Amino acid sequence: MPLKLEIVTPEARIFSDEVDSVVLPGAEGEMGVLPQHANLVTTLNHGELFYTKGGKSNHLAVGEGLVEITGTTTRILTDMAIGVEDIDEKAVEEALERAKTALEAIKAKGHSTGDEEVAATMAMIQRSTAQLHVKRKRRTL
Amino acid sequence: MPSTRDIRRRIKSVKSTAQITKAMQLVAAAKMKKAQDQATNGRAYAETMNKILVALKEAAEDAAHPYFDEGKGSKTLVLVIASDKGLCGALNTNLFKKLLASKLEGDVDYLTIGRKATQTLGRLRKNIVADFPIKDPAKFTDLRAAGNFIQERFRSGEYKKVLVAFNNFINTVTVVPTLEQLLPVDKVQLGGKRSYEDPKTADVHAASKLDYTFEPSANAVFEGILPQYVNNTLFQMLLEARASEHSSRMVAMKNATDNAKQMLKDLTLEYNKVRQAAITSELLEITTAKLALE
Repeated sequence: MPLKLEIVTPEARIFSDEVDSVVLPGAEGEMGVLPQHANLVTTLNHGELFYTKGGKSNHLAVGEGLVEITGTTTRILTDMAIGVEDIDEKAVEEALERAKTALEAIKAKGHSTGDEEVAATMAMIQRSTAQLHVKRKRRTL
Repeated sequence: MPSTRDIRRRIKSVKSTAQITKAMQLVAAAKMKKAQDQATNGRAYAETMNKILVALKEAAEDAAHPYFDEGKGSKTLVLVIASDKGLCGALNTNLFKKLLASKLEGDVDYLTIGRKATQTLGRLRKNIVADFPIKDPAKFTDLRAAGNFIQERFRSGEYKKVLVAFNNFINTVTVVPTLEQLLPVDKVQLGGKRSYEDPKTADVHAASKLDYTFEPSANAVFEGILPQYVNNTLFQMLLEARASEHSSRMVAMKNATDNAKQMLKDLTLEYNKVRQAAITSELLEITTAKLALE
């Protein structure tokens, strides 16, 4: 009994195929999904997602989102999903630095610019951190 | 019969018109490519989210979240997404026709995106509550204001439901004016036909109409997801509308250019005929005059 995994971001359908198992960062910690899993809906946190297929595992960095699990499918909606090979460590580090500086700038200006800008920058920082974390962890293995 | 000078003047003017429409066609074509890509790429996300939420709505107990039920009020709120500029064929006209033909019951309040929507609804003396100008190309952050406004109003219980009128982009020559329900959460058509009318997926969802476990809790999940859902769906609708706009403009301008070219051909033919007739009559006059002198 295969498990269908679908990963969709606003930009594209990143992944859609049958896999053996999925491990994802759920709202209450890391969670493994096998075929015939009970129906479950949860939110997705920043972090590392990996799925195995035919003994090989693939790792992705994911952002916040929604997870719907039924016995046969796992649907993941997230604002970011990048394969570990596609993460450009230097570029991400630079982006993280930029986001941090931007956050400082916003804080220095006070709250006049509104919470949304802060939230967007925070999300950027979290996304970058998640990517770096996944990349570095994979490299040491 | 018009003189050659008149015809020449007309040829010149048609030529410059053709040049302008050609330029506009190229600009629209460039924008169209981008807008179409954006709309088609975003569709999977919006559709999947809608699919999941519709399934959850059926699975969850009553009153799990205010967005799943109609508001207490009797009024309807309609967001109309039209274009800012004209010269895009019957795009906006068709949208308004669809809107007026839908015969909404009770009091209806309108929100508008795009100058054409504001103008037309204003002329029809409809009650416009707010207008959200959004530049092109559309950015997600620009839409937040509209999304938050709608959610605030719906939560206050003032409105029974929130609808959105926009043009669905199918392909470059086909654009379908659509009126869809945004709140309470319902099936939404984006782009082509509803993907979950596909019997296979429908079966899966009928079978999974069992209980879902929610982690950490149903309320927390909905509270986190639904506001995002509203903004996301709105954004996708805006992208569809923008893709439709640029496609329609491209097609309209292409037609205009083709028409101008045909007209140029006809005018040139007429010009040559008139010129030849003038030469012939002149020759005749000269010959007759010469004969008379002999």
